[in-house]
Amino acid sequence: MTPDAPEAADSRADESLRLSGITKRFGSLVANSGIDLELRPGEIHCLLGENGAGKSTLMNILYGLLQPDEGQIVVDGVPRVFTGPRNAIDAGIGMVHQHFMLVDVFTVAENMILGREPGTLGLINLRQARRRVTELSQQYGLSVDPDARIENLPVGIQQRVEILKALANDARYLIFDEPTAVLTPQEIEELMRVMRSLRDEGKGVIFITHKLREVRAIADRITVIRRGAVAGVAGPGESEASLAEKMVGHQVSLTVSKQQHEAGDVRLRLSGVTAVAANGSVAVDDLDLEVRGGEILCIAGVQGNGQSELAAALIGTYPLRSGTIMVDGRTVDRFTTKERIDAGLGYVPEDRQHDGFVGSYSVAENLVLNSYHKPPYAQGLALRGGVIRSNARDRVAEFDIRTTSIDTEVAALSGGNQQKVVLARELSRELAVLVASQPTRGVDVGAIEFLHKRLVAERDRGTAVLIISTELDEVAALADRVAVMFRGRIVGIVGPHTSREVLGLMMAGASVEEAMASADVTTEETEGVVT
Amino acid sequence: MSGERTTAGSLEGSVLEPGRSLETAALRRQRLSVGILISVVGLLLLGLLAATHGTARFALSNAFDPVQLPTVSLPGLPLVLVCGLLCVAAGAGLLTGRLAGRFQTLAGTVGGVGFLVGFLTWAAAGRALPFPVSNQIAQTFAVATPLVLGALAGVLCERAGVINVAIEGQFLVAAQAAAVVGTVTQSIAWAIIAAALAGVGMAALLAVFAIKYRVNQVVLGVVLNLLASGITGFLLDQRFSQSNLNSAPVMSSIAIPGLSKIPFIGPVVFDQNILAYLAGISVPVVWVLLFKTSWGLRVRSVGEHPRAADTVGISVTGMRWSAVLVGGVFAGIGGAFFILAATGHFTRDFTNGSGFIALAAVIMGRWHPGWAALMAIFFGFATELGSQVQTLNTPVPSDFLQMLPYVATVIAVAGLIGRVRPPASDGEPYQKA
Repeated sequence: MTPDAPEAADSRADESLRLSGITKRFGSLVANSGIDLELRPGEIHCLLGENGAGKSTLMNILYGLLQPDEGQIVVDGVPRVFTGPRNAIDAGIGMVHQHFMLVDVFTVAENMILGREPGTLGLINLRQARRRVTELSQQYGLSVDPDARIENLPVGIQQRVEILKALANDARYLIFDEPTAVLTPQEIEELMRVMRSLRDEGKGVIFITHKLREVRAIADRITVIRRGAVAGVAGPGESEASLAEKMVGHQVSLTVSKQQHEAGDVRLRLSGVTAVAANGSVAVDDLDLEVRGGEILCIAGVQGNGQSELAAALIGTYPLRSGTIMVDGRTVDRFTTKERIDAGLGYVPEDRQHDGFVGSYSVAENLVLNSYHKPPYAQGLALRGGVIRSNARDRVAEFDIRTTSIDTEVAALSGGNQQKVVLARELSRELAVLVASQPTRGVDVGAIEFLHKRLVAERDRGTAVLIISTELDEVAALADRVAVMFRGRIVGIVGPHTSREVLGLMMAGASVEEAMASADVTTEETEGVVT
Repeated sequence: MSGERTTAGSLEGSVLEPGRSLETAALRRQRLSVGILISVVGLLLLGLLAATHGTARFALSNAFDPVQLPTVSLPGLPLVLVCGLLCVAAGAGLLTGRLAGRFQTLAGTVGGVGFLVGFLTWAAAGRALPFPVSNQIAQTFAVATPLVLGALAGVLCERAGVINVAIEGQFLVAAQAAAVVGTVTQSIAWAIIAAALAGVGMAALLAVFAIKYRVNQVVLGVVLNLLASGITGFLLDQRFSQSNLNSAPVMSSIAIPGLSKIPFIGPVVFDQNILAYLAGISVPVVWVLLFKTSWGLRVRSVGEHPRAADTVGISVTGMRWSAVLVGGVFAGIGGAFFILAATGHFTRDFTNGSGFIALAAVIMGRWHPGWAALMAIFFGFATELGSQVQTLNTPVPSDFLQMLPYVATVIAVAGLIGRVRPPASDGEPYQKA
């Protein structure tokens, strides 16, 4: 029997999904090199790796969205070539995408039947579609309203629809691509329950993540991917430190050493801040907040609760409906963005690719984007190239920016180094307030450590630091105080050692008291409640 | 988990979790501009009181209609006064912002109808001839026929994510095809078929460049319009006018037995030419295609979220091609109307911007076949009103009256449409990962 003959004789024993020697190149970049991966029914196999390690490329290959240059996909003993997602779906592979593949203006039922519409003569039988939704949601305990429009559903429910969509196509192997990024801790618990029950039903589950805690909680097997290759396999018993080392390639410290620091005067004061999105929904709702010099206030919350809009409204790139913003006692809410920068407001935007730098400009140019028009960088209308370049050399050394030269386009740097450029630019001048939105999103673990240290150092200089983060680990590592935001409002402000459970409940809208009552924790660990 | 479906609202295109809503800046601007417009119009009507004399007469039947209805006489001065006051009141209501959503719509409607009635009363008051209401409405449908068909073509393309600015060009090429083939075959049916094929041909050009080569679709549309104008002009001058290939037969109106005997409605609606009926049927047909068939679901999915469609195995380019080509059929038939309903002759660029009016109808009709058709009819009404009022010998210069449909377009697009949401990926070429 030749090895590539599709043989079904002992397919029961052969039931598995196997990737062998998968290699994918984009130009000179090798995204995947010789990756082997096996998934058996009834197990949860975690794929752990940093952003850019090649996890998504591998999964896109498995789902037929990309074709591998080398290697083989074998499903239940039969080698397969996927030229498109349809082939993968037909082979029993389903995917829960990180960015949901749902049409916002369609109903749940319409999304679930898309591509496989029931009906006759081209006319859709919606009643049959609804019945199928109801059956599936009962079978798997995932309740959804088949007639709800996707755009009106909370993110957690949208994800259920995405899962049901995969199950509707009779998937036996399910890929979850970074599914926890958009969920509250309670929703993550719920998702893990769902994944376990799918496993117990005999489905094979691939769970992609970069969060070590989640891996250890749920994995049956772990494959760590680094720079496009398998860096190691592990069991769920392996320690976080050891997993992190495999993921990054060297030892990393996962906690920031941070001294107690005395908070000073209030340097940023928001009162009644309200911002309205283009569609009329209130993104930031009558919000009051104070941040003192020398403290880090973290705003925690599930993505989409107005944090991004709040940050943008502070720097002036999002319209403010009402309310006042004061920096060091000066009212700045009528200032232009440039005037706010001059008033001492530093800003690390959430979407750095889009708002943080000009990708086609050099490192040196990006480092003076907010001060090029002033001495020493400008003289009259002319730029002083020498000063700009010497500034760049200093910053590159100080912030350990890994770049081939200061003339390299920023777009060519890694995510972590791009973020270092942004931070270096913002921190290289005297600040009153620093607003940093998702400062370490998409940044490799090694760089996270460095960025966190710099943020703490900025606090120690007496700056009021406002950090917006959806990562509770980051909040716990940095915050002096934690404000939890839900639907545009601060539901409460608690101390940095508040349990994840309490924070999770608050992120779903519970007040501090409610959250602590239902989480049933002693109040001693949540000192400094300031509501 | 954060509960079941929240009732909070109709958030559109938002990444925000559902929560509280407020009037947006855009809606506020829309409310204020409509309020100002209606108030100004109301004041204008009150100003016209001084120039309103005698009674205004409205003819409800044509001389040849089987059932003759009486001509209505209304006192001019009081009616204009009432309409003016209604407009001012509606405008003021909008400006105060105290009206709830439903009443805002009502105020807008009162303002529009009040202006129309007041204006017509003023125009007809004391004139020798009555204002021909039945004629106005019957002609509205005739004028609107190509606009409705063009708008349907636009809706089909844009629902699939391809912006179609080239409706005008499709009209032109299809019209010439209808003229030539009609002349050769002396058959209305063959002329319509040829026009449809020509429309599809133009659509194929649009599709090749928009879908395959991912050219900017607005620029592409403009270029195709220029191409159509140039080619039809060239062929007309160099070939068809010399060789007498430019006199197609002209459609006659078909009275539908029974229905055309209904007083007022019969002669107005059920005594039209074949293309008008075809346009009327096309609207529900396109609606069913888009919203009740799996083809339509797939077309709309590639217009909204092509990657989502791709991940369930739908061919994004295939669906877009099919929608653009089907749209071409409707645009082509619309183009035939210009020949077959008029003189049978093609003259240079004689579609006169109708394709752009159809495009405006697509946007104002919010990419929905029914609403787009309604908007097309509204433009037809404005066009026809311009020429009917001219017959009354009003002091308004006829050039201003001819501007009416275009002014209506500008006002409607700028002020009245408010929150419109195109298909999320309209105009965005799709490239696989």
